[in-house]
Amino acid sequence: MKYESQRVAMPYFIFALVLFAGQIIFGLVLGMQYVVGDFLFPEIPFNVARMVHTNLLIVWLLFGFMGATYYLVPEEAQTELYSPLLAWILFWVFAVAGTLTILGYLFVDYATLADVTMNKLLPTMGREFLEQPTITKIGIALVVVGFLFNIMMTALKGRKTVVNIVLITGLIGLAALWMFSFYNPSNLTTDKYFWWFVVHLWVEGVWELIMGAILAYVLIKITGVDREVIEKWLYVIIAMALITGIIGTGHHFFWIGPPEYWLWLGSVFSALEPLPFFMMVLFAFTMINRRKRNHPNKVATLWAMGTAVMAFLGAGVWGFLHTLAPVNYYTHGTQLTAAHGHMSFYGAYVMIVLTIISYAMPIMRGRPYGNSNTAQVVEMWGFWLMTISMVFITLFLTGAGILQIWLQRIPESGEALSFMATQDNISLFYWARMIAGCFFMAGLVVYFGSFFIKGQAAPADEVRGPAPTDA
Amino acid sequence: MAERFTKSMARNIYLGGSTFFILLFLVLTFDTQYRAMPERDNRDQLTEEVVRGKHVWENNNCVGCHSIMGEGAYFAPELANVFDRRGGGNSDVFKAYMNAWMNSMPTNVPGRRQMPDFKLTDQQIEDLSAFLEWTSKVDDNDWPPNIEG
Repeated sequence: MKYESQRVAMPYFIFALVLFAGQIIFGLVLGMQYVVGDFLFPEIPFNVARMVHTNLLIVWLLFGFMGATYYLVPEEAQTELYSPLLAWILFWVFAVAGTLTILGYLFVDYATLADVTMNKLLPTMGREFLEQPTITKIGIALVVVGFLFNIMMTALKGRKTVVNIVLITGLIGLAALWMFSFYNPSNLTTDKYFWWFVVHLWVEGVWELIMGAILAYVLIKITGVDREVIEKWLYVIIAMALITGIIGTGHHFFWIGPPEYWLWLGSVFSALEPLPFFMMVLFAFTMINRRKRNHPNKVATLWAMGTAVMAFLGAGVWGFLHTLAPVNYYTHGTQLTAAHGHMSFYGAYVMIVLTIISYAMPIMRGRPYGNSNTAQVVEMWGFWLMTISMVFITLFLTGAGILQIWLQRIPESGEALSFMATQDNISLFYWARMIAGCFFMAGLVVYFGSFFIKGQAAPADEVRGPAPTDA
Repeated sequence: MAERFTKSMARNIYLGGSTFFILLFLVLTFDTQYRAMPERDNRDQLTEEVVRGKHVWENNNCVGCHSIMGEGAYFAPELANVFDRRGGGNSDVFKAYMNAWMNSMPTNVPGRRQMPDFKLTDQQIEDLSAFLEWTSKVDDNDWPPNIEG
């Protein structure tokens, strides 16, 4: 750690991981409700548990992105953070507001929550992933604006690197697109159209810039490869992401009202969306092959390779499986969508946050070259347990989805099974998914355990070849 | 990557490509929203009742279990075509069905998925029904493939 103020990333990372644990616990509740329908009913109905599961994911990833940004922007800019105090204040504001919102979901009936938070004045609630009370949405907007101010003031007074510019572009995009969460017209089709401006243009747009920048930063650090080379790759990757992903939004416009030309545009462009993720795999592996040093933090290297591969599989391959309109006609809104959602979020965004945590946390804890060998091995167990469990969760949901399509979607009206009858027929897959989910939880426990293992921190490595300029 | 392909070339592809596609996306959005949608989303039928019904839909987080036009959760049936599935395309039949349905939840059958009792008023059920009826009439390229949604 070169600058003392980078340390403000620590509370962000820790809180992100706490919320991650909450997300997984509620994931298990949902998994149980899929097989034992009245599990925890009426205390925690499915819709409440789902809202907690997905909102915790979004909020903890935002904490993770913010932590990553506070950590890497000062180092890239070669200057202290503009205001560590502001970063601490915003941390507490966001943490308290986020916690209150989740508690509100759990302990207040949703219609009452809408009522007491005066949703009537500016109705934004009750839409998937955007369930937060309007006041929370405003809070998120303010926190992000304060955060961006702090970061931009830092970046502007220091060295302007491509990593910083791309990261900040992504974060500005994140903030700007969030504004669409306040637009909720009474026409459902218009509502849905612009809802995707938040959801799709985040995860298949600007978040890819954030992911690319964090990955590039970690690769510079752990491989010692020349910054010029890494920055060129980063530009190509984000170019691919936006060139394919923006018009690729059209794959969500097939069946919600927009005209037929989106069937073509959405299919063609989103079929190309795996490209940036494939480039990321090539990027990570090529840089690591050409490394100029053997960084002793091996587990961070593992996460960096893992996130590229899993993002490609989850977002790229599983996205492509059902993105062509003639296929999507049958698969839209089935368990296949859930399969894709799980692996892509885990591969791309969970794992990139865990990558930067794996790299930066040991440094902030006074172990500049990584944790002890034992701690790293335990963390690797966590990596493999969680990742392999997620592969199985995805495969089982894919199986459930294919059978669902076969029974419920493909036959003609009159011959097709009803939704609920179909669900009964695919419950074996849900049980299997539940078991895989328990293994994921075990992996998370092992991963958390790795933080508490002491021992001699990893020793410095010998840098191969000419010393890297700023690694 | 070959040395001939420089960083500034990569940056220019990124800047040029993203600018072009952002602009194209805005043009297409404009065309979709102002030219195409008015003919497809039957907005002339968007009554006060439908608007209130959308708020009932939102304030009770229906999308937390159900999907509507395939979007939402996949725990409970698709509802964009429930007007056709349960009401046979008839408003009165559908409203009667909705009344009976909403007032008999939860079933409390052990082990089965349960829908909470949202304690909707008769007016709210009527509004919700109008919203679902309106939704069923949007031109959504003939999705879903069959009546089961």
